[in-house]
Amino acid sequence: MKEVSDGKKAERRLGLWLCAPAALVMIAVTAYPIIYSVWLSLQRYDLRFPAEREFVGLANYATVLTNSYWWTAFGVTTFITVVSVIIELVLGMALALVMHRTLVARGLIRTVALIPYGIVTVVAAFSWRYAWDDTTGYLAQLFGDSAPLTQRASALGIIILAEVWKTVPFMALLLMAGLALVPEDLLKAASMDGATPWQRFTKVMLPVMKPAILVALLFRTLDAFRVFDNIFVLTSGAQQTGSVSMQTYNNLIRGLNLGVGSTMSVLIFIAVAIIAFIFVKVFGAAAPGNDGGKR
Amino acid sequence: MAEIVLDKVSKRYPDGALAVSDVDITIADGEFIILVGPSGCGKSTTLNMIAGLEDITGGELRIDGQRVNERAPKDRDIAMVFQSYALYPHMSVRENMAFPLRLAHVDKETINRKVEEAARILDLGQHLDRKPGNLSGGQRQRVAMGRAIVRDPKAFLMDEPLSNLDAKLRVQMRTSVAKLQRKLGTTTVYVTHDQTEAMTLGDRVVVMRGGLVQQIGSPQALYEQPVNLFVAGFIGSPSMNFLPATLADGQLRTPLGAVPLTDRIRRLAEAAKAPREVIVGLRPEHFEDAALLDEAELGAGATFTATVEVMESMGSDKFAYFLVEGETATSAELDELAAESGSAEMTDGGAQIVTRLSAASSIKEGDEAEVWFDPDKLHLFDPSDGRTLTHSD
Repeated sequence: MKEVSDGKKAERRLGLWLCAPAALVMIAVTAYPIIYSVWLSLQRYDLRFPAEREFVGLANYATVLTNSYWWTAFGVTTFITVVSVIIELVLGMALALVMHRTLVARGLIRTVALIPYGIVTVVAAFSWRYAWDDTTGYLAQLFGDSAPLTQRASALGIIILAEVWKTVPFMALLLMAGLALVPEDLLKAASMDGATPWQRFTKVMLPVMKPAILVALLFRTLDAFRVFDNIFVLTSGAQQTGSVSMQTYNNLIRGLNLGVGSTMSVLIFIAVAIIAFIFVKVFGAAAPGNDGGKR
Repeated sequence: MAEIVLDKVSKRYPDGALAVSDVDITIADGEFIILVGPSGCGKSTTLNMIAGLEDITGGELRIDGQRVNERAPKDRDIAMVFQSYALYPHMSVRENMAFPLRLAHVDKETINRKVEEAARILDLGQHLDRKPGNLSGGQRQRVAMGRAIVRDPKAFLMDEPLSNLDAKLRVQMRTSVAKLQRKLGTTTVYVTHDQTEAMTLGDRVVVMRGGLVQQIGSPQALYEQPVNLFVAGFIGSPSMNFLPATLADGQLRTPLGAVPLTDRIRRLAEAAKAPREVIVGLRPEHFEDAALLDEAELGAGATFTATVEVMESMGSDKFAYFLVEGETATSAELDELAAESGSAEMTDGGAQIVTRLSAASSIKEGDEAEVWFDPDKLHLFDPSDGRTLTHSD
């Protein structure tokens, strides 16, 4: 052990004291619920049959992981996540470029572009639902007398549309911050070096703003994987459009099955952790707030 | 290799501001030309117009006789070195230098050969696989040069390429840039705000001010025959001293006393229809400590006596600063120069005269000293428009 001066010790103690309140709050609102759900997931615990509560080990996990409904929901969730994040990235990048290059009415354009993100998701989801309703919906009528929310493919499309509509501005905002990191001189140098606009974008801009793109993708992927509100309002998970969060809700809240429901939420937690791990370790995304990359 | 011609090239921004106005420069094949001037004089805009990074709103730009106004930068076959170096941070030194060649679909072997060759010339051999982030300022600067030379372009454009280096390295790199240019013989346009760089590097120097070309000429010509107050004050370090003066009876009445006009100056001033009130310009190096000169030399010049305010010894010579009572010379050009150098607020009752004396001088701070100067070396300017009255072609 190194000798530590009194001043340093006092500084450390102060540091601990300053961190303590936040740490306590985190333990109360994050660690405790997580540990409690893990504990619940190891039990047979159905509120309809409270007397049959008992410790069953990993039996609930076996039940969920061999269940086709779970895997369908998992597939739907993955599909929605991948498709909507890809579309969001492309559109968000386009929007970010437009906003970055805007010369007139900058503030106004940026504000207007952010409106969808500012609208409460449930409210937006309801307006989408009415728009696609087979009797009153103006969008449904555009496609003839159809009921798109009652068909699996079209319903998934509408869910993705609602997700994309809501989060493209958010994506654009994150990407715009990344664009600001690309020095103007670098793009000028690339044009002098003979790059076409597309080459400037792919060979200079994208690599330089890669950290920002990865952070944006990470945020959005984690968010999209937990999709719930849009599905809840638009289809309630009918026609096999439910996500894993919908399944969890159905078991935990509607079905009152605390054991299986908790198992599902723990599985979602694990999936999200794996996604984050892949992003950070494989793609090298910097953890938010930690600028590890060298300029 | 190419000849670059700027034919009445102008740049007017959409808001009406005129950044560059009717610039006429013919840059010969292989020439090293410097655009110099204070910030906002339009030198960088001019360079960017040659590069194609800014649209030309008036006039014509020709490279090798062909109009290139409408060509994209990539189609002009010109390489540029930026003040910030603009190296691609995600690419290694090798990839940075190879980038323009890869875009031009040059085959791999040729790329490798050219990159290795450039690395050898610029002494970057052992750094080829490092990222720019791990290089020193001087190394980055050389990579930027390397990226320009691998392409063997028609011309190099350099936008203050040495400004981000520390003073010592800057002097070193200045010599290497000059040597490199001579070796490659590529037409080079170099922008700087530093008159020392301009004087030491260029075959010819273009002095700009407020979007207008003031004078184009060899460094020596700019120094000896400045066409106006601005060029006279901008070129030379320390800069020329300016004093108000009155021309009368073949004499020049100045705050330094009456100065006899030499025949040469008198003839030039008459030919230029000099007004009565003029501004006289004297370079610091045309003064000398009178105590060091013999009678004959003293007789050939004029002397004045004043108190030394500050004495700076540079080793090789000494700078003595005098405060001369009386009015200071005023003109728009001089005000601008003063603002540029930040010395606008520093004049306190009277004109300051900077003299460069021989190191052998024993004058000390606070001394009342007699200083000699050569009246044939003085310049006269018209205070109303700044033009020189002593220009001889």
